[in-house]
Amino acid sequence: MQTELDHLTALAGKGRISRRDFLGRAAALGVSAALATTLAGKAFAASPVKGGIIRAGLQGGESTNSLDPALNLSQVTYNFCKQWGEFLVRLTPDGGVENLIAEEIGASADAKTWTMKIRGGIEFHNGKTVTAEDVVATLERHADEKSKSGALGVLKNIKTIKASGKEVVVTLGDADADFPYLMADYHLVIQPSGGKDNPNAGISAGPYKVVVNQPGVKHGGERFANYWRSDKAGHADRIEIVVINDPTARLAALQGGQVHLINRVEPKVVDLVKRMPGVRIENVAGRGYYPFNMFCDTAPFDNNDLRMALKLAMDREEMLDKILRGYGSVGNDFPINEAYPLFSADIEQRKFDPEKAAAAYKKSGHSGSILLRTSDVAFPGAVDAAQLYQQSCAKAGIKIEIKREPGDGYWSEVWNKQPFSLSYWGGRPTQGQMYSTGYLSTADWNDTRFKRPEFDKMLYTARAELDQAKRKAIYRDMAMLMRDEGGLIVPFFNQFVDAANTKKVSGWVKNPNGEMMDGYALCECWLNA
Amino acid sequence: MSSPILRLVAQRVLLGLVLLLAVSVLIFAGTQILPGDVAQAILGQSATPEALANLREQLGLNDPAWLRYVHWLWGILHGDFGTAQSSGLDIATSISTRLKNTLFLAACAAIVAVPLAIILGLIAVRYRNGFVDKLISGLALASTSFPEFFIGYVLIFVFAVHWQIFPSISTVDDSTPFLERLQAVVLPATALTLVVLAHMMRMTRAAILNVMQSAYIETAELKGLKPFDIIRKHAFPNAIAPVVNVVMLNLAYLIVGVVVVEVIFVYPGMGQYLVDHVAKRDVPVVQAVGLIFAAVYITLNIVADIAAIVANPRLRHPK
Repeated sequence: MQTELDHLTALAGKGRISRRDFLGRAAALGVSAALATTLAGKAFAASPVKGGIIRAGLQGGESTNSLDPALNLSQVTYNFCKQWGEFLVRLTPDGGVENLIAEEIGASADAKTWTMKIRGGIEFHNGKTVTAEDVVATLERHADEKSKSGALGVLKNIKTIKASGKEVVVTLGDADADFPYLMADYHLVIQPSGGKDNPNAGISAGPYKVVVNQPGVKHGGERFANYWRSDKAGHADRIEIVVINDPTARLAALQGGQVHLINRVEPKVVDLVKRMPGVRIENVAGRGYYPFNMFCDTAPFDNNDLRMALKLAMDREEMLDKILRGYGSVGNDFPINEAYPLFSADIEQRKFDPEKAAAAYKKSGHSGSILLRTSDVAFPGAVDAAQLYQQSCAKAGIKIEIKREPGDGYWSEVWNKQPFSLSYWGGRPTQGQMYSTGYLSTADWNDTRFKRPEFDKMLYTARAELDQAKRKAIYRDMAMLMRDEGGLIVPFFNQFVDAANTKKVSGWVKNPNGEMMDGYALCECWLNA
Repeated sequence: MSSPILRLVAQRVLLGLVLLLAVSVLIFAGTQILPGDVAQAILGQSATPEALANLREQLGLNDPAWLRYVHWLWGILHGDFGTAQSSGLDIATSISTRLKNTLFLAACAAIVAVPLAIILGLIAVRYRNGFVDKLISGLALASTSFPEFFIGYVLIFVFAVHWQIFPSISTVDDSTPFLERLQAVVLPATALTLVVLAHMMRMTRAAILNVMQSAYIETAELKGLKPFDIIRKHAFPNAIAPVVNVVMLNLAYLIVGVVVVEVIFVYPGMGQYLVDHVAKRDVPVVQAVGLIFAAVYITLNIVADIAAIVANPRLRHPK
């Protein structure tokens, strides 16, 4: 109920529902009238204040960063591009899609042809108006093999992109009902002429103009006077991102008042931070998970009994408690959780069961130890996680041998190359996209070598299905197949844990789509008057 | 000045230049030995054979290594370090800002640390083996023994979080006014001072104590000079050479070895710049920074050598 109430408060804060609706819906959630009135008072008092400078101290910036959105990879560029960039659409906290530059998106009946109507009157920072041609050029640039764009993977399916008047028409190779979600990819910042002439210009139609760009040090923006939805974002006069890669320094900067917001608070210090006056931890369940990957086509993991034994021998609760200090949720051996649209909550949770694991292990006929590769770079606490797993496996009579690999080269030499290793997945906005990226037979990043024609077929059917209920049913079947026969062990999903100085800053909305309110914290929060 | 000393100095400088040239060969060779090639690194996974061939041609990678070395060296002599592969920015421009920051921080730390270390060394000698000596040595050794990040965190906790008199973030840029810049580097400079203090102080103490065994010190004592005058006038000038050597080594450390302090205080210096580019296998930047660091080391060592020569009366007044 708390999450629904938070969501309701968020809606109220953004002016999306009336006070009357708020009270009515809060009552429906079983909130007492007195409490609901107080909540409503809080939620509606929170109307944005203009002015001032909001500062964030963020992890994940290097002196090698560039302004080209195609090369967006680390947290700082991701957060900064949401300040100066404008997108076709964005993801909403409740799992929907909100139209921005794309005013309307419509599909043909077979979900293969998509038409986006481009909103009129949106201006770029350089004074030009956003046109359908700019949108086409942007998509073309990112879909080009040579652009090295991080969005290339999600655009590979596009066959043609054409502008006609105020509309952009995209045809796809395979049908995809999730197409609007793909357009929310954070690389797809709409640039004048698609940024083809100068990708590093840092010009788009977002709430802030780029005024400072010192990669690895500092980035700054100044409010864009002609921003098209200035009531919704761009409240502070200026925004500033200071790159602080050291977690302790980041926290000290927040405490010392030098920054108002920070990202990536380490789970082990969260409880200490909670006791600090004026600081609030903002945590939200995301779609990122930390898997143990087994290659389904490589001995000994080509035996489903062994895979099942290894899944049953995972003590998820303990893992969540000790590695993430509870800031996460247990996984169920498929890559989807409740943060996804069309998630089936009724799938039974797999539990730690050493006896069943021992029985499955015996049935598999395997003997001897199993080599598990891990490294600190897989995720924070990955080495500890491997050791915990070694102990829980021992209870089921399974011997795990841990090999700690060097961090440098882990992603090029171990992940997706070795048959049993720890990894990290950031999640994707939709189930279809997640399965297509990591679990389709032909996917480059099929890091569990899960190659099942029936699974691929279900995925293609689901992607072409515009009826939500039918898609949900197909996704459920796919999840069950992965859970019971896949090579994926998911001990837990993580949370985005940020922190804000609540004495100085208001307007935070929980958003499961990414850290820092999906990157929109700086432009959508405001300084208290 | 007499000619032998000039000759010696000229000799040292020339030797330094030859050494620098040798280092440049080593750096270039070292980066050539690295597996993979630059074109592959730039294009990454999506490299097609044609694109690779084009880029190799464009970067001149088909030329023999010695020719590329000559081109590279020729560019550097003209202040052209090339462009960074990762961000596409001009290396010389990026480095000049970062180098200025690094030198500023090093200078601030050195201005405090060097005189402080020498004075403490002198005091330690004056009260050798007494309580003051032991206190100075103990404190200095303790501050050196703590890792830099620990000292940094303690300073942040006390001065930035608890009392809030200095910022914990030392981000500066070209537009930062001098006084603000000075305020920004107070904590990192203090941390660095604490780290380098003991080495210089102990060396000063040891060098002077060594001289104190000499017969002429005994003469000075017998003629009734005050202990501190003996140290200042007679012992210290003869102990300068080893002290200068240690000071120079520490100055070099302040310039090339402070990446941990830079990270903790978020100071945009050379160390973080180098580490970022090594992680991205950005070879031109690594070469450029390597060469600059080598030049710093060699220059400071030449200065130490020359100071030792000049400070040595036997060399200044040859028979």
